[in-house]
Amino acid sequence: MIAEPAQAFLKSWRPGPLMPKGDARDAGLGFVIAVLCFFACLAAMGAMAGDRAARGWASQLRGSATVLVRPKGGESADAAAARAAEALSGVRGVREAAALEKDKAEALLRPWLGNDALAPDLPVPRLVTLDLDPDAPASVQALGGALAAAGIDGTVDDHSLWIKDIVRAGLWARAAAAGVFILTALAAAAVIAFAARAALEARRGIVEVLHVSGAADGYIAGLLVRRFSAMAFVAGLFAAAGAAAAGAALRLAGGGEGLTPALPIAWIDLALLTPCPLLAALVAGLAARLSALGLLKEMG
Amino acid sequence: MRYAPAPETLTDVSFTLEPGSFHFLTGPSGAGKSSLLKLIYRAEKPSRGLITLFGQDLTLLPPAQLPHLRRRIGVVFQEFRLLDHLNAFDNAALPLRLAGKRPKTYKADVAELLAWVGLGHRLHAMPATLSGGEKQRLAIARAVVAQPDLLLADEPTGNVDDDMAARILRLFVELNRQGTTVMIATHDRRMVARSGMPVLALHDGRLTAERSA
Repeated sequence: MIAEPAQAFLKSWRPGPLMPKGDARDAGLGFVIAVLCFFACLAAMGAMAGDRAARGWASQLRGSATVLVRPKGGESADAAAARAAEALSGVRGVREAAALEKDKAEALLRPWLGNDALAPDLPVPRLVTLDLDPDAPASVQALGGALAAAGIDGTVDDHSLWIKDIVRAGLWARAAAAGVFILTALAAAAVIAFAARAALEARRGIVEVLHVSGAADGYIAGLLVRRFSAMAFVAGLFAAAGAAAAGAALRLAGGGEGLTPALPIAWIDLALLTPCPLLAALVAGLAARLSALGLLKEMG
Repeated sequence: MRYAPAPETLTDVSFTLEPGSFHFLTGPSGAGKSSLLKLIYRAEKPSRGLITLFGQDLTLLPPAQLPHLRRRIGVVFQEFRLLDHLNAFDNAALPLRLAGKRPKTYKADVAELLAWVGLGHRLHAMPATLSGGEKQRLAIARAVVAQPDLLLADEPTGNVDDDMAARILRLFVELNRQGTTVMIATHDRRMVARSGMPVLALHDGRLTAERSA
């Protein structure tokens, strides 16, 4: 027969936590994890923005080409350029071909040669600018063939050299951002692993009692996994919110270009931050589990 | 057994506990009683020799099997080893909880057991607020709550009065009647004499006497 006070106790009783709740060090650890998550979020947003910039520039370059026309056989440069534009406008994949007027061609050279060098009798090369279909742009071969068929001496520049450089720069930017992201995640994992080990060391007496009472290593490690995962989830939540606020501020302050055209921020980038709390919890849980299992094995 | 690099704590100790038997383990301080119990519940590994428990060689037991083996053993520690962040009820219920039992299936039994050891009014009390005797009774309740196959107790009556000591002994005897093998390390000669149970005597790490009931 259970006494009345005991019955009242049993009615409201819930099993207590097998590991003591956190101590004063938890706040500091949570802050460190939040800062690391914040940097990881910024790196992820930077990767997205860098990738978008590279794609945009490459797309612009792929949509245009330039033809340098050299007059021959007494034909004037203007006439040769006009003929070239006419010949190229009929090529499949060319939306528009226009001969660059002399003053515009000179304007392009002025920054390099200066005003004094542009004498009236200087043979300024004539350019034809092509607006290409971005989905199916005309190839260099097709454009060269059209020029040859019209008897025009010209050189086609489809900007492929620049596109390669931009694509390579975009890849480097993404790789660098991914590297920062991974390093930050590893740093967070190392901090958690260290903290989990310290927490177990500090509770060695409890672990021994749990062991002797029949708790498996995985069960004891699970107690720490839950604790550190929850802490990292909250830290990740704050970090994602902070990074989202920073991204939104950049978007509002600088429009689509953010701080610089090299890192154009889009609203959709903020959605990239939503998995941050879950990822932080996952990394923390994994680090805590591995660290705890290692120490429990040492404890026997 | 030795705690390296010290000399051997236990040497040439050989005995068998029949299932359902009741033994006292006696001997002066430092004779190796606690070390022997630790070897049995596998808190320590022997430096040489063979320990067979429930038909299994403890030295060859895979680590993954240890929790299952330990759930069949109840241990009363000399220094109690209660979990200070849990109340008396949670401390007593710990083995059942670790065995994966549902709270509603055991909470009435745990409350009844705690009432039986005189802690029925202290279910909510934290260990820090309990007296030495109360802590000892709580430690005993935790050790017996899952009705283990083997009960190992290290000085279980060291902090209680004679009446409570007699009561605790009755609890052990009752458990033994239900099939639990019991081994109690103690200095309490009166309890040993009163029970009339067989005695294993240790001296300087050697088994010097094995007295039948």
